[in-house]
Amino acid sequence: MYPAGYRYTKEHEWVSVEGAAGTIGITDYAQAELGDVVFVELPKVGTQLKAGQSLGTVESVKAVSEIFSPVSGEVTETNAVLSDSPEKINSDPHGAAWLVKIRLSDPKEVSNLMDSAAYQSYIAEKAKEH
Amino acid sequence: MTTPATAELRKTALNSVHRRAGAKMVNFGGWDMPLEYSGILAEHEAVRMRAGLFDVSHMGEIEVRGSSALELVQWVSCNDAAKLVVGQAHYSGLMTNRGTFVDDLLVHKLSDTHYLLCVNAGNQDADFAHIVANNRTTAQVENAGPRYSQLAIQGPRAMEILQKLTPVALAAIRYYHFVFGKVDGVDCLIARTGYTGEDGFEIYFDPHFSEKLWNDLMHAGESAGLIPCGLGARNTLRMEAGMCLYGHEIDETTTPWEAGLGWICKMDKGAFLGSDVLAEQKKSGLTRKLVGFEMLDKRIGRDGYPVSIAGCEAGRVTSGGPAPFLKKNVGMAYVPPASGAIGTDIEIGIRGQLAAARIIALPFYKRPH
Repeated sequence: MYPAGYRYTKEHEWVSVEGAAGTIGITDYAQAELGDVVFVELPKVGTQLKAGQSLGTVESVKAVSEIFSPVSGEVTETNAVLSDSPEKINSDPHGAAWLVKIRLSDPKEVSNLMDSAAYQSYIAEKAKEH
Repeated sequence: MTTPATAELRKTALNSVHRRAGAKMVNFGGWDMPLEYSGILAEHEAVRMRAGLFDVSHMGEIEVRGSSALELVQWVSCNDAAKLVVGQAHYSGLMTNRGTFVDDLLVHKLSDTHYLLCVNAGNQDADFAHIVANNRTTAQVENAGPRYSQLAIQGPRAMEILQKLTPVALAAIRYYHFVFGKVDGVDCLIARTGYTGEDGFEIYFDPHFSEKLWNDLMHAGESAGLIPCGLGARNTLRMEAGMCLYGHEIDETTTPWEAGLGWICKMDKGAFLGSDVLAEQKKSGLTRKLVGFEMLDKRIGRDGYPVSIAGCEAGRVTSGGPAPFLKKNVGMAYVPPASGAIGTDIEIGIRGQLAAARIIALPFYKRPH
């Protein structure tokens, strides 16, 4: 479910990194918590983001969820598919429904994030609270 | 997002059924309730096209009995309960002495000396205390919530599904009327009421039979496409149908005139709590009124967002979000009456930016039959 090559945040974003190129999305856990996604607002290409800074919002019928960038860098592309088909975030959050691509300014930051195993134990703990 | 269940949350008799079925649960007015089962959009669509089943056992029931029952109901509520016949219900407001809403409610006339009030879950104890405190009669008031479970079956196929389980001729029950009869062998009050904008029924019965009725209704409705629904869809359905929700469109600061609920405020019935203030407000005019709007921008105007008209902040969104059946984003807001004409372009403040919207007529959705 949670790709082994991705890194994860406590706010339920993922980032997949190859060299200095990163792809960012939200996790399956996040989409399930949100419910039916109806709108996505993403930054402009060229926006400089710091790790932990808001990069946009994902809205479900019920709620607005702010998305925080897992890493620092410059936005190089946003996922145009999501403006007409935001519901793709519910069906393929780790794949086709990525949010933005980013050129990492400090690839070492990735080591601060959880790997797949650590994230899965993190959300297992969360699930127990319910 | 979802609130963990804690010991303090109240539970309906169907709580374990919801949890076993994997419903996403939420704290609603102190109750641990299903927010959604299969998803708000699927549930909304099912109710508009087929049928949905809602556990609304968290709703409160207050019974008023005695030879002066009508007198008490008339004194605390703004609609004219003297117009009800036995077996009829109406929508009304429980009033403060300022003519504002303690709650909104359904008043059912069970007999000349017995009324059943259905009130909001989170308000029931306050409502009960308010009615008792303002009771100048010999009528007896009972906070009867624990004695009832309530299910709502709503949608164009609700009647045919419910009919499979009852000998009562449901088609003969007119809108906002009710009868007592058996459903699935269980004694029920069967009311043709609802909070979705669709045809449907709300049934009240002894909580002991909750699981049996829920399961047998789900089974009876399977082939007609009945699905279980949560409070998420209940909210989008009522908003799309332009209905008020306590704590959003109405509260202790709003009057029936402001909320567009003049049709439940009967000044000719005699004095009631707040009627002097309401008479004065009707004469002197309103400073705000509730309007509906649709978003022209792609963004979604939501509860609490500021509304600007002609560059000036004019009010706040009371409820806003997707209207899934209409496939647009809508909302309701209080604005100055002079600025609230249908067709007026307005703006909603969304995360620091202004997004275009337009005032349109309420209700947004009206069923086609």
